[in-house]
Amino acid sequence: MSWLDRGMTANFQSWFGWSHEVAWASATILGILLIALPLMLSVAMIIYADRKIWAAMALRRGPNVVGPLGLLQSFADGLKVFLQETIIPSASNKALFLLAPIITFTVALMAWAVIPFNSGAILADINVGLLYVLAVSSLGVYGTVIAGWSSNSKYPFFSAMRASAQMISYEVSIGFILICVVLWAGTFNMNGIVMAQKGHVFGLINGFVANPLLFPMWVMFLISGMAETQRAPFDLTEAESELVAGYQTEYSSMSFALYWLGEYANVLLMCALNAVLFWGGYLPPLDLPVLYLVPGWIWLFGKILFFFFVFSWVKATVPRYRYDQLMRLGWKVFLPVSLFWVFLVSGYLMYTGHFS
Amino acid sequence: MIQVLAFYLFAALTIAAGAFTILSRNPVHSVLWLIVAFFNAAGLMVLCGAEFIAMLLVIVYVGAVAVLFLFVVMMLDIDFATLRAGFIRNMPLGLVLAVVLLAEVLIGLGALGAGGIKLGTPDGSAAPLAGASNIEAIGALLYSKYLFLFEAAGLVLLVAMVGAIVLTHRQRSGVRGQNVAKQNARRPDEATFNASPEVGKGVQL
Repeated sequence: MSWLDRGMTANFQSWFGWSHEVAWASATILGILLIALPLMLSVAMIIYADRKIWAAMALRRGPNVVGPLGLLQSFADGLKVFLQETIIPSASNKALFLLAPIITFTVALMAWAVIPFNSGAILADINVGLLYVLAVSSLGVYGTVIAGWSSNSKYPFFSAMRASAQMISYEVSIGFILICVVLWAGTFNMNGIVMAQKGHVFGLINGFVANPLLFPMWVMFLISGMAETQRAPFDLTEAESELVAGYQTEYSSMSFALYWLGEYANVLLMCALNAVLFWGGYLPPLDLPVLYLVPGWIWLFGKILFFFFVFSWVKATVPRYRYDQLMRLGWKVFLPVSLFWVFLVSGYLMYTGHFS
Repeated sequence: MIQVLAFYLFAALTIAAGAFTILSRNPVHSVLWLIVAFFNAAGLMVLCGAEFIAMLLVIVYVGAVAVLFLFVVMMLDIDFATLRAGFIRNMPLGLVLAVVLLAEVLIGLGALGAGGIKLGTPDGSAAPLAGASNIEAIGALLYSKYLFLFEAAGLVLLVAMVGAIVLTHRQRSGVRGQNVAKQNARRPDEATFNASPEVGKGVQL
C-alpha cells in the first residue's frame, strides 16, 4: 500500500488537498495523540500488571474485585482520585505546587516522540534522537525537586534533595553507557541505532546485547534505568519508612495521580529504551526472514513488556538500597567502569577498523 | 511563516524569562525563570539548525548546572528584609555594572551601523562537509583543526574538577566506612561459631 510508505503529511496533502503547513500540523497532532492516548491506557493496564505481579510474588491475589480479574482496578482508582478534592497546603508556593506534577507528567510523555515503533513509525525522526532522550530525561528531576520545595514541608524537601543528587549521579553513567552504543551504531538517530543492530552478532542475532563487549553495559543500563526512574530498589525519594511518601506527601487527588501516571510512563520509557538500544527494538531476536512476518511493533511491545516484568520482579524481590550505598554504586562503581568501557569499546572499534 | 512565528515566540520568551530572572523576589523563582530562558535559547538554536548545540544546552545547563543551582538556592533561608538591605548596599555596584553593559550595547549598535567585520568567511577549510550531519561536521572540525584548543579546554575542566575536590575533601577521623568487598567476602563459617561454655561462664568474643 503506497499510502503507508508516504508518511502522513503527504497523505493529508493528497487526500484533502491541504497545504503543506496544515497537513504537517494535523499529521503531527494526530501522531502525538496516537502515541499519548494508547500510552495512557497502557500505563493504566501496566499499573494493574505491576500490582498483579507483585502480589503473585508475595503469594497474594492482588486486585481482583473491579471487573473481570480486577482488570478495571486502575480505572476505578483513576475515577476515585478524579472525584477527590485537590488540597493545596496553605504554606505552599501554590503556582509551583500545581506546576510540579504537570512537569513530571509532560516530560514523561515527551521522550516518546523519538521512540521508533516500527521502521518508519516514529513521530520525530531527528538525527539527535538519543541526545533528545537524554535531555528530556534530565528534565524529569524538576518535577520532583519543585514539588519538594514548593510543598514547604520537611519530608518532601528531603526527598527533593535526594532526587536531585540521585538523578544527576546516574545520568553521568547512563551518558557513558550510551556513548558505547552510539560508537558502535555510528549514529544518534534512534532508527539508525535499531538498524545497526540488524544481524549484529554472526549476522544472525539482532541486538547489541549479544555482543560480549556491550552486554555489561546493558546490565549497567538496566540498573541505572531503575535508579533514574526512582523505581525500587532505588526508590529513596519516596521511601515510606523514612520520608512518609517523599515528594508526594502533600499531594492529593489529580495532582497525585499525575505523578503516578508520569512515574509509570517513565518506567515504560526505560523499558522501551532497553529494547531499542540493546535488544534490537522492533527487529525480531534473530535475523531470519520468517520472523519478519510478525509486525515490528509486536516485537517491540513484547520486549517492553518483558522488561517491565523484570522491573516488577526486582521491585518485588530486592530490598531498598541505603542512600550512601546508592551514591557509592553510582560514583565509585558505574562511573569508572562505564568510563573505562568507553575507552575499551572505542579502542576495539579503532583497532578493528570500524570507522574506516 | 512558521519559522518566523517560532523565532519570535522563543526570542520573546527568552527575553521575558531573562527579565523575570532578575526581577523575581524569590531566588528559587529566579533559577526557574533562568531554566525557562535556557530552554527557549535551545529552541532558538534548533531554529538555527544547530540541534546538537541545542541538545547539549538542555543536557548540560538545564539538566545538570541548573539542578545544582536549584539544589543550593532551595536550601537558602530566605529573609526578605536582609535581601532588601543588601540591595541598597550593593546598588552602586549594580548601577556601575548596568552602565557598563548599556555602554557595551550602545557601542555594539554603533559599530554595527558602521558596517560588519568580515568574520569566518568560508574558504576551503571551513566549508561545510558535504552530506555530513551537524554532529559529524562538529566532530570533524573539533578533532582535527581545533584539537589543541579542545584538549586545552578539557585540561582546564580537569584542573577545575581537581581543585573542587581538593577544596571540599577533608579527612575525618572516627568515621567507620563500609567496606563492601570485605562484607561480600564474609562467609558463614567465619562469621559464626558454636561454643559450649561451662555453666556460669561466658563466651570469649
